[in-house]
This record gives sequence, structure tokens and C-alpha cells, in this order.
Amino acid sequence: MIKAIIDGYEINVEPGTTILDAAKKVQINIPTLCYHPDLPATAACGICIVKVKSAMGERILRACCTPVEEGMEIITNDPEVIVIRQNVLQLILSNHPNECLECERSGSCELQQLAWEFGMKSRYFENIYKKVDEDDSTRIIILHPEKCIKCGRCLEVCQKMQNVWALSFLDRGIETRFAPAGDIDDVSLDDSPCIRCGQCAEHCPVGAIIVLDQTKVVWDALRDKQKYCVVQIAPSVRAAIGESFGYEPGTILTGKLYSALRRLGFKAVFDTNFSADVTIIEEANEFVERFVHEKKELPLITTCCPSWVDFMEKHHPDMIPNFSSCKSPQQIMGALSKTYYADKMGIAPENIFMVSIMPCTSKKFEITRSMEMFSSGHRDVDVVLTTRELARMIKQTGLDFAKLEDAEPDHILSDYSGAGTIFGSTGGVMEAALRTAYNLITKKELDNVDFEQVRGLEGIKETTVNIEGTEVRVCAAHGLANVETIINRIREAKENGEELPYHFVEVMACKGGCIGGGGQPYGVGISNEIRLKRMKGLYDDDKNSAKRCSHNNPYIIKLYEDFVKDPLGETAERYFHTSYRERVTYKK
Amino acid sequence: MVYMYTVTICGVMGCNAGKSEQIYENFLKEIKKYNLEDDVNVVKTGCFGLCEEGPILRISPDYIYYTRVQPQDVEEIVLEHFVKGNPVERLIYKDPKKIDGEDRDISFYSKQERVVLKNCGIINADDIDEYVGSDGYIGLENALFKMTPEQVIDEIKKSGLRGRGGAGFPTWRKWTFTRNSPGDKKYIICNADEGDPGAFMDRSIIEGDPHSVIEGMIIAAYAIGASMGYVYIRIEYGFAIQRIKKAIEKAYEYGFLGENILGSGFSFELDVRMGAGAFVCGEETALIASIEGKRGTPVPRPPYPSVKGLFGCPTSINNVETWVNVTRILANGADWYSKIGTEGSKGTKVFCLTGKVENSSIVEVPMGMSLREIIFDLGGGIKDGKKIKALQTGGPSGGVIPEHLLDTPVDYERLKDLGSMMGSGGMIVIDEDDCVIDIAKFYLDFCVEESCGRCAPCRIGGFQMLNLLDKISKGKAELEDLTRLKRIALAMKKASLCGLGQSAANPVISTLNYFEHEYIEHITEKKCRAKKCKDLISYVIIDDKCRKCALCAKECPVNAIPGDREKGFVIDQEKCIKCGLCISACPFDAVVGE
Repeated sequence: MIKAIIDGYEINVEPGTTILDAAKKVQINIPTLCYHPDLPATAACGICIVKVKSAMGERILRACCTPVEEGMEIITNDPEVIVIRQNVLQLILSNHPNECLECERSGSCELQQLAWEFGMKSRYFENIYKKVDEDDSTRIIILHPEKCIKCGRCLEVCQKMQNVWALSFLDRGIETRFAPAGDIDDVSLDDSPCIRCGQCAEHCPVGAIIVLDQTKVVWDALRDKQKYCVVQIAPSVRAAIGESFGYEPGTILTGKLYSALRRLGFKAVFDTNFSADVTIIEEANEFVERFVHEKKELPLITTCCPSWVDFMEKHHPDMIPNFSSCKSPQQIMGALSKTYYADKMGIAPENIFMVSIMPCTSKKFEITRSMEMFSSGHRDVDVVLTTRELARMIKQTGLDFAKLEDAEPDHILSDYSGAGTIFGSTGGVMEAALRTAYNLITKKELDNVDFEQVRGLEGIKETTVNIEGTEVRVCAAHGLANVETIINRIREAKENGEELPYHFVEVMACKGGCIGGGGQPYGVGISNEIRLKRMKGLYDDDKNSAKRCSHNNPYIIKLYEDFVKDPLGETAERYFHTSYRERVTYKK
Repeated sequence: MVYMYTVTICGVMGCNAGKSEQIYENFLKEIKKYNLEDDVNVVKTGCFGLCEEGPILRISPDYIYYTRVQPQDVEEIVLEHFVKGNPVERLIYKDPKKIDGEDRDISFYSKQERVVLKNCGIINADDIDEYVGSDGYIGLENALFKMTPEQVIDEIKKSGLRGRGGAGFPTWRKWTFTRNSPGDKKYIICNADEGDPGAFMDRSIIEGDPHSVIEGMIIAAYAIGASMGYVYIRIEYGFAIQRIKKAIEKAYEYGFLGENILGSGFSFELDVRMGAGAFVCGEETALIASIEGKRGTPVPRPPYPSVKGLFGCPTSINNVETWVNVTRILANGADWYSKIGTEGSKGTKVFCLTGKVENSSIVEVPMGMSLREIIFDLGGGIKDGKKIKALQTGGPSGGVIPEHLLDTPVDYERLKDLGSMMGSGGMIVIDEDDCVIDIAKFYLDFCVEESCGRCAPCRIGGFQMLNLLDKISKGKAELEDLTRLKRIALAMKKASLCGLGQSAANPVISTLNYFEHEYIEHITEKKCRAKKCKDLISYVIIDDKCRKCALCAKECPVNAIPGDREKGFVIDQEKCIKCGLCISACPFDAVVGE
């Protein structure tokens, strides 16, 4: 342990602890701007400076990246430190537009908050910011480079956490800007390797990277008398939306969500958890086909995450044969609403307007990613809103969310098993599939359906499941940088003709899975603490479910009897399955 | 073979640009013409230091320096000097004192202590035999065969050598950190990313004596336990790159590099890596990023390179001049070395003396020599009999030292106390015709241009400061702007991530410190006493002196001087772009700026 003094208080910390973390032990939150708990310190802004007295004399150092050393005397707050911080902040503000009112991040902007805390009432330096064109080429992730404060978080996320490398810093000095980086020159974001995971926007402290707001499209549809608006909510939305209304992260608010959606004017409210159960029936059968009947290559790799699908198509097309052909729950729900449901209710499918509420930015891309997303003969899903957009719509209506009574969904496409709800967490799809695959292979039910080994925030989670004496090696990875490792292991084994390291692999692009998606509320900023709370919410929801396995969900059984007939059968193939193709990383 | 004469021609830098290669060729041709091949030896060598007078060559044993030699002069030199025995008077370097006898008697050399530059201007840099012949690789042999690695570090410690890159960190301490850091693979790097405006010491050393650098690196590798080294050099230094590459090749051939060096069992590989010339890549962590193929921006320290450097391995980075000092210390001993210099700053320092000084030159002086001695005794004083205003040291990271403090000795701490720094050795003389705001702007402009853009205080602060200086120089500033400058300077100095940003404000701070009255003069009186700030001066024709010759009107590119030879001429202030052509055109000094 290392002993030091912070503002007169003695602290004892582990070697390697930064001054920033050490100060928290004595209830001091040193102000930061570029620092993010998810990422290594980029040390860019200079706001977190503190005064350090040590054997090397008195120095001003950054708290975010300076480890505490034995005998250090740290002063976090004295007139000089405060003046320097104010000067630095004034400089940053002098290169930032005065457009808070029109900015998407107004109210959730970390720079705005800091300026308020520092009491910045006027600008001391001349404003030198230059207007730069926005990049809305993806129609999902929108770049406003002129608002960028060059904290470098988006690059850390895109390059290190996600291994995507769509964003880079270009130019130098005052001209420094972040931009989609081509191999030769500037490209638009849509032409870059961007997979639209939205983690850059989720981590951006200001409004430099934002997500397309489509609330107006939905309002227009809701007011259109011709349209029969239906809605689905993804598993992890229920565990996070509360954060926009003052709830603790992880509070499950399914009933209130159903209620709010009905009050917004949706004619039918469905739950994506139900179609997640469908995904499991299909995917588990697919696994059994490959594992028991050896019909296709192993391992089977999950494909619910559209960013992961895009990433794989761009970077690992040789893995396409291993990809589950099963569509994501969102697309299955879209197809069901415009076929099975439309038929049952006698509504013309062209009049049905399907809105998805997703924790995800990439889902906005998924709905048009291939012709198979139009399996009903129409666009299976019409618009995708993020959790944040839904929260905004609820606020616009003036609904007192916290006081809403719980409501019921439309049961035909809503009632879900616990397996469906954990889809929102890393390891959840794997766990759900194993529960059903076990039953398919053994015709027995598991005594214990909890696969604790694939839960949690470890980047790569591996375990072995014993099914009737046969070992099934499974793995769940999240945060795309972790995927490279796994893909390489598989590829190596394939090339060398060795025993495969895994039979079944689950991948989710975002850290923590969908609960940490790019469309979730900004709140106080995403962190592992928040991810774990949201995850716990979903696992609690699972535990409290009457049915824990997809194949035991009575509405699923009915759906297959009435409509689908056989898993992987003709109807299933038509509506629930898709295909993949190699895509170029850079479009030119 | 014993030659009657040896002609050593500076074959590097300015002299090279001044066609010294052609001069060399002409010598060979002429010598052949007179069948003097057995009598006259012609050698291309490194820098003599007197760059102002280039192209320069020396005839030994006569100790005659011919300066400003043109290729067409060679015929005359060969005929007159070698055939007839009469030196060519008109080309001989005119020293105020005397020209015959030893080199040391020329006043430019007599006060210098050429330790680092000992071979420059003496040996043929391309010839490893000449280097070996002048005690080359003796230091390496001493280290490898007579000392343990610890003893080598100890010797450096005893010598008192401090890093010549600018900050003056004790070299032995850096090596010890690297040696003691755990790791199988360790690196050493020679930082030859010289980028300060007006500094060309490192280039001169590499072009003139590359083996001294290589030898120092091998010695350090042995002391630290490094197996691989890189010379990081900016790509603009094409000739130096060629030199160091060739020297490395030769060193491998002679067994000074590679496996089992000189049979000692110690192995070390050395290679060259080129940088794109970004100034910030002279900063250690940015330099490492650049070698690794990443964007050249600094990263927070710790971890220091000595713990986690190139490719994550312990790495020691030293400057070109430091490596040569190491070579000399190991050859001659720490006791010899530590006798040179001051208490806290040992040895010598190479400076590039430029600006308004008579001899623009490279000089090497013992630490402790006063700045005044350097300017007036070595530099030959101020050009055109003007008055000195200040001396700028330390490049863009340094500051100005006003005339009344010029008796300060060259010493890391003393220069720092004055708000400047040793830096890598740039020294620019500022006279009364220079405006301090203009000077500050020049250096700041450089740093703004070279800022990597990573951290806010440097990126935005530098740019804002430059805008403010521009306002001041245009007479559009208010007194509050001086406070703004000081507030930005504080933010940059204290909250920038790397040395570039932390010191970029120094030229502004030091000029403000010593010449605040000139800043105030610009702001309140809209006056630039040096008449450098164009917006604050207007050109006028003094009637008494004007002879109505119309030359000014003819020269004016914007037709801003209407009039005729009858009535005379007046400068139209609206149209005037202050280019100054009228001033140079007037034969009667009738046009002045005021």
C-alpha cells in the first residue's frame, strides 16, 4: 500500500491508483472533462490538474493519469489550481460554439455542466471556433466536428474498445479534428468501417457525435389515421429507461413502459422479449443441427447484434458459414406483426406501422440491411427509436411516468420467458439458447437454468456445459476488440485441422451487451457500475418469470402450432432467417 | 604517403549548399592538371563552425583558411598556392589578430573548447579509418574490456554529464532507470529530430562525425543492457541520413556493431528511423509513438520511457550531442571531463549562433563562459555596428535575455532562472532593429504550427496567444490583453501535457517580463520602436532630403507615391502597403518609417 496525503487527509492506496481515484476515498471528486471511467486517460483537457509536492519538488500534474507515489502531498484545490482550471476551461469554451439551446446534448452535456459548476458567466477570450460541415452520411450517427473538444474518447472507444478504427484524429494543432479516416484521404462516415454501434456518441461528452432523432417520424405516424401503429420494446430498454425519470439504473419498468406506449397512441404494444424466445427456438434448433447432426460447420456464432454482423461481413467474411442464419428478435417481431398478427386481426399489413424501441443505434441500420428485412412484403420494421428518443417522447407528452399504472401488452406477441429477457445482457443469448438446446438434445429439463459462468463483464467468458456426457464448449464475448481474439482462435484451429476451441459463440458489439448500447440514456455517463446494475435488473426479471425457458413459453408453443409449424421449416425460413455477404471495409 | 599539402573542404550543410562538392571536384581536376596527385591530398570533412564565411576550406600545414570560395577560384588556388607557393590573399580568412601559426590562434577558435566537435573539420566523415585513427572507438574498447556496465554508468555519473537535448536531466540517472527496469529487451534511441528554428548542431555533428554518435550509443547499450538501437532523424536531413547509414554499415563491417562486438560477447544492433520532421516528435513519448508507426503525439508520463518505452520495453533516449559526450568521456575519463564547465553543468555546449551577429556559426564553449563572450568574442559582435537588445536562447521553448544580463554564464540553472533555458543550443542575437513582439510572435507561431493538437491548453492557448500578439502588433489591442496573455501563459505552462506546450509560452513570458514597456507602447501609443510592426509605422518622404528623383515612385508596386519631378512626391498612406521598397530605392535616405 502507498501512503500519501490529499488535502490534508492521509490515504492508503494500492500501487498504481491514480490521484483521481485516490481522492474519491476522501470524498473529493476532482473535476474532469476528457476522462471517462471506461477508458484509459487521454490526458487531453488539463482540467483535472492538481498540485503535487514530492521529492521532485512542487509540480502541477494531471490527476487522471498520475499514479499516487509514496509520500506525495496532493492539493486538489487551491487558488492557483482553480485559476489554472478556469483559464483552461475558458480556452476550451473559446473554441466551442455558443449553441447550447439548439444542441442535442443540452442538459446532458459535460462541458455545459462544468461551465456551470465553474461559474463561467462570460467569455474571457475571443471565440475562435470555426464552422465545419456535419457528416450525416450514415443517417444514424451524426458528426458535428466543430463541437468537438478533442477529448479523444470516441477514438479510444472506436479504435481500442471496438477495434473498428472508423474515427481518427486528422491534421494537427488548432486544425486538429476527428474524422472518419480512410486509408488515403477523408471519407464520409458511411464510407468508413463504421458499424454504427453508437459507442462514440454514448461516450462523447458534448454534442460532437449524436444519434439521428426520429421522434418526429413516429409522431407523424401516430397522428396519421391511415396508419395502425404498433410498437415493440427490446429487453434492455426496460432496465434503463428509468434513468431518464430519476430511477436507479436497473429498475425494471416493463408495465409502465406498456402503459406509456399505449398513452402515446400505439394501437398494439408488443414485447421484443417474445420474439427473442422465437430466436432461441430457431437458433437452438440450428445449433442442434450442427452439433448433433453435423449438417453445417461449428462453431455456431450468434447474429442478434447488427453491429457485429456488419463488422463480421467487413472484417471476417470467412466466418460467414458459422453465422446463425436466424434474424434478430427485432426483425422477427417486425415480420410477425405484418404477417401473423395482421392476419389474426384482419388488418392490411401495409397499414401497420411498426416502431421498435431499442437500446441500440445500429438497429436503425438493421431494418434495411438486406431485402430479407422486407420478408412480410413490406418493411418489417418501419422506424427504430432509441431508449433516449422514447424518453423524450414521453416527456413531450407531459406524462408523469413514475405515476403511471402498469399496463398489459398485447399478449399474442408479448408474453415472454426469462430466457427472452436476458437477451439484453452479454452472455444472455448464450444462456437462453443453452436452456433450450439442452431440452432439444436430451428431451429433459435442466435442474438449474442459471449459467453463472457466462454472466458478468469479463470481456471473454468461456465455459463448458455437459449435455448428456458430451461437452459443449461455449464462449460469450462483448466489446468488439475482444472478438478478434476469439475469431483468431477459431480460425487457427480450422486452418490447422485441430479440435475447435468452441462449439457455440455469442457476440455483442457493445460492452455489457445491449444494456450498454449506444441508444441508452446518457444519465451520469455509462460505466461498469451502471452496466452491472442494468444487467442485474434483467437477471432479476428472468428469475421472477413464470417460465424460464423459451420452449416452455405457451405463446411460443401456440405460435408454432398456429403459424410457424416447424422450427427451421418453410415459414420459419421465409420470415425468421437471413443470409450474409462479404462487404468492403471502405466504400469509395 | 606523405603529402605536401592537405586541403580539407567543409562538405556539409551551408558549405555543401554553396557548391563545396563542385569545389572538391575542381580541386581533383586542377591537381591532376598540374600532376600534383602525390603532393596534394583533398579531403571532404565536417563543419569548421564558421558557417557565415562558407564555403570554407583549410590548407595544412599552412593553417590557412580560405573562405567564401567559389568553384571558379579553385584554379587560382591550385596554381598560386600549390604550384607557385603564394597563398591567395583575397580569399584568406581575415582574422583581426593573426592568421599564421596554430588554429587556436584564430580568435574564433581560441576561446572554444572543441570536445564534441573535435573531429569536425578535421577528418573525412565517410572514412571510418580516419575516425579510428583519431582515437575513435577507444572509448568503446575501454567500456567493453576494462569496465562492467555499472562502472560505465558510474563513470558517466562522475563526469557530471547532463542531457544536451534541453532539459539537462542527468544522463547516468536516465541510464540507471532503464538498466534497472525489468525487461528482456531494451532499446536506446538517438534523438536527432532537431527542429528548433536556427539550430543545426545535431545535423552538423552527424554529417561531420557520425561515428562519435554511434560509439556513444554502443557504450550506452552496453551500460544499459540494450540490444537494439535506433537513430531517429528527420527526413529533411537527407545528407545526414546518408552519412549515418553509411557509418553504421561501416561500423558493422569493422565489428563495432552486430553480434559479439570486438569479441567481447556483447551484441548490439543499430538502425535508422526517419521522422517526418514534426517538432513535437523530439518529445520522448511522441518520438516513440512515431517510431512505432503511430500518430506522433505525446502520451502522459509516467510510465516513463525508461520503464515502458519503445514497443513497451525500457528505453533510453538521448540527444545526438549527449552521445558524442559519452564517447569522449569514455575515451578520456570522467576526471578529465568534469574539469570542464561549472559546478552544476559539466563539459562543453555546442551552440548555433545566428541572428544579428557578425559570425553566424557553430561554436563549442566550456560551460560557464558568459553569453557576452560568446556573442562578442566568438561571434565577432553585432552586425553593422548596431546595438544589441537581447539574446534568445533555447529555441521556441526558451526565452530572451536582455543586454544587461549577458554576463550570465552558460549553465542549465542560471539560464532557467532568467526565464530562458539551455535548450538544444540555438542562440539568436536580437538587436535594436528587432521588435520583441515580432520575436515572440515568430517563436509562438512556430509552436502553434507544431502543436500536435492533443491537449487543450497548448492547442487553443497557443492559437489564442498568437491572435493576441497579432492584435498588439497591429495596434488593435487593449491593456487587458496583456492580462489575457498572462492567463493563457499560466494555463499553458501548468496544464499542457508535454514540454512543447509547457514551454511554448516562454518567449512571450520572457519578452513580457523584460520588455513589457514595449508591449505597452504598442498598445497605448500605437508605436513600434523597432519599426517592425508594419501597421504601426507609416512611410514618409522628408522634404529636405528629397531630390525629386522619382525612383521611389517608380519602385512602388501599388502606385502609392503620386507626384512629379516638379512638385515632388508624397506617399499616399491609404494605398501604401508598407513593403519598404521605396526606402531601399531612395539613394538619399529621404524615405523613412516613423
